[in-house]
Amino acid sequence: MTTPAGVAERLTSLVGALRAHGIRIGTGETVDAARAVEALGLADRELLREGLAATLLHGPGGRQVFDPVFDLYFPRGVGRPEERAAGRDDLRDRLAAALAADDQVLLGRLAVEAVDGFGGYGSAPESDGWSSYQTLERLRPQTLLARVRDDVRGRGGGEGFADRLLEDEIRRRIETFRALVAAEARRRVAERRGRDEIARRAVAPTVDQVEFLFAGKARLAELRRTVQPLARKLATRLAARRRRASRGAIDLRRTLRGSLSTGGVPMKPVLRRRRPVRPELVLLCDVSGSVSGFSDFTMLLVQALHDQFSKVRVFAFVNRIDEVTGLLRHGTADPEGLSARIQAEATLTGWHGSSDYGMALGEFAERHGDAVGPRTTVFVLGDARTNMSDPNLPAVRQIAERARRVYWLNPEQRSRWGTGDSAAPAYAELVEMHECRTVRQLSVLVGRLLPV
Amino acid sequence: MFTSVDDVSARLAETGYLASPAVATTVFLADRLGKPLLVEGPAGVGKTELAKAVAEVAGARLVRLQCYEGVDESRALYEWNHAKQLLRISAGRDETWDETRTDIFSEEFLLTRPLLTAIRGDEPKVLLIDETDKADVEVEGLLLEVLSDFQVTVPELGTITATRRPFVVLTSNASRELSEALRRRCLFLHIGFPEEELERRIVRLKVPGLDEALARSVVRVVGALRAMDLRKVPSVAETIDWARTLLALGADTLDETVVRATLGVLLKHQDDVLKATAKLDLDAL
Repeated sequence: MTTPAGVAERLTSLVGALRAHGIRIGTGETVDAARAVEALGLADRELLREGLAATLLHGPGGRQVFDPVFDLYFPRGVGRPEERAAGRDDLRDRLAAALAADDQVLLGRLAVEAVDGFGGYGSAPESDGWSSYQTLERLRPQTLLARVRDDVRGRGGGEGFADRLLEDEIRRRIETFRALVAAEARRRVAERRGRDEIARRAVAPTVDQVEFLFAGKARLAELRRTVQPLARKLATRLAARRRRASRGAIDLRRTLRGSLSTGGVPMKPVLRRRRPVRPELVLLCDVSGSVSGFSDFTMLLVQALHDQFSKVRVFAFVNRIDEVTGLLRHGTADPEGLSARIQAEATLTGWHGSSDYGMALGEFAERHGDAVGPRTTVFVLGDARTNMSDPNLPAVRQIAERARRVYWLNPEQRSRWGTGDSAAPAYAELVEMHECRTVRQLSVLVGRLLPV
Repeated sequence: MFTSVDDVSARLAETGYLASPAVATTVFLADRLGKPLLVEGPAGVGKTELAKAVAEVAGARLVRLQCYEGVDESRALYEWNHAKQLLRISAGRDETWDETRTDIFSEEFLLTRPLLTAIRGDEPKVLLIDETDKADVEVEGLLLEVLSDFQVTVPELGTITATRRPFVVLTSNASRELSEALRRRCLFLHIGFPEEELERRIVRLKVPGLDEALARSVVRVVGALRAMDLRKVPSVAETIDWARTLLALGADTLDETVVRATLGVLLKHQDDVLKATAKLDLDAL
């Protein structure tokens, strides 16, 4: 290897940071990455980025973590920019021009200047730092929209049909700028606090490792986009399991019966035939505020998988229960509005608005008991926090007796089950309860637990 | 094969494949490091085209293995030509068994399938394993030996090792998660939708009759559609189809009527068409 000494060290710490985010990278890949550095040279940063991504990552999911981490270990520049930003208005003028021209390189340089000029806070060496939030608050790039639009139109760039797309395009460019500012602020902080720590803390995890309970709005929207591909993947997995299951076990009775013609020696094993029935699925979803992100996602996922089952029925509850199968079927075209529509059109609450598992499960057993039969698998989705009311264990026992299987998916950390008003341990004694905090866990569970 | 990343872009461009920097870099590295290239991405962004373009640039023969559910060793690797072996046996009646046996298991009776074809012989080859995700997990195990050591073991003939390593491209639509072991042997490349400027160049290259301003509008509209939350977003292939459609219709600018009439070229679901119509204000007439 003829890579410069510092590079090897930097590369291994980059790999370390990526591993800390749960991306699996072996030594072999690290060596490949070093060979890639050797082949590509260090002159072009973007080439280096692509080269390292190609050698270190194995799937599309890691890219989101890789890019910010790469920016930290192979920064665009070091220290502060040569020229100081002249002033807020001057910077805004130049930003507007760059946005109008859609000049990526210039935007990057402006982000550096902006953080340097407006992002610094604190004066003592221990407590100072750089904030992208503060930079963007002072600079307010979103308010440039009208100006940039008029500028582009004024120069004749906005004629014809495509003109109506202009505003959205500018909005996307502004988003790019905001991301650039965030990356730059992270880099400046990293110079101060140590790169490894920032790489570990300030880089968002990959989307399939985000916890449902703590995911923000943007993250949930991102999650929803993964529903269709995930459903396709799970469907293939289910189909494979079904194929394997249909080979079946040996049917002893018919094997022995067949062996009579060969003098009692079982020459030909007869396999048990399986009736081709598609299983039924019933979902009971807690859609109260605390866990609605999790329920929404799972409902959409199951709806996307509906052709794998003969019947899927979905019930939503807060403290009363109502069927939402129909809403869901129409809801796939507009997943963002789903929870709002469920809240508006289904009767989910009685006298108060907080969730009550006992009431809801009791009502289900009483009113919709016929939805559950010997072929039905029931999934209960929720955190089992009953707000101190009666968990109504007999109702759960009744459902469990009638159904083929009952599974409970709990989006809470296992160590928190049973703390406060959680009735999780009591329910877990009656039905199989699984921790399901992230999409990764969910897809493993769904692939394993769904009946075939 | 290539001297630099720019060299890759330039030579691929000569064959009519415009590569983004990410694509060019990864192809360059795959060539340098001698590793297979695993290409993922949505349908219609040119994954298979990339392999064809590389083959053309290198003046290599393209060997293609199309994967499907149930593809197996005898389809992917090699097979003995049973019918011919039987004929040989019945032709040589008065031979001893030993003579016959050494004869019928020789090259003459071997039917080589893509994987074996790719590693035999001295001419340069590009091996394209298309839609790897459609194949069963067992086939992946088969690929591991071939891709890491470039050798195939035929019990009757011994191990055949590649004298000249083929350039290997695997494509996948990610309908199934490929195994970690296979991924680790490959360089990973995700081809997404191209940047606006690159897509414009692609459209201009593939549909030469289209004028610059219209190409620009076409790409902008497609970009806006991709930003919407659609069931199936239009891919590069659809952009080109649309540009061809517009050219055939003789439209020289975009307007509501033309877009509404031709939206079906871009969008393949009724839900998507409705949503796009609403968001693009096509109803406002």
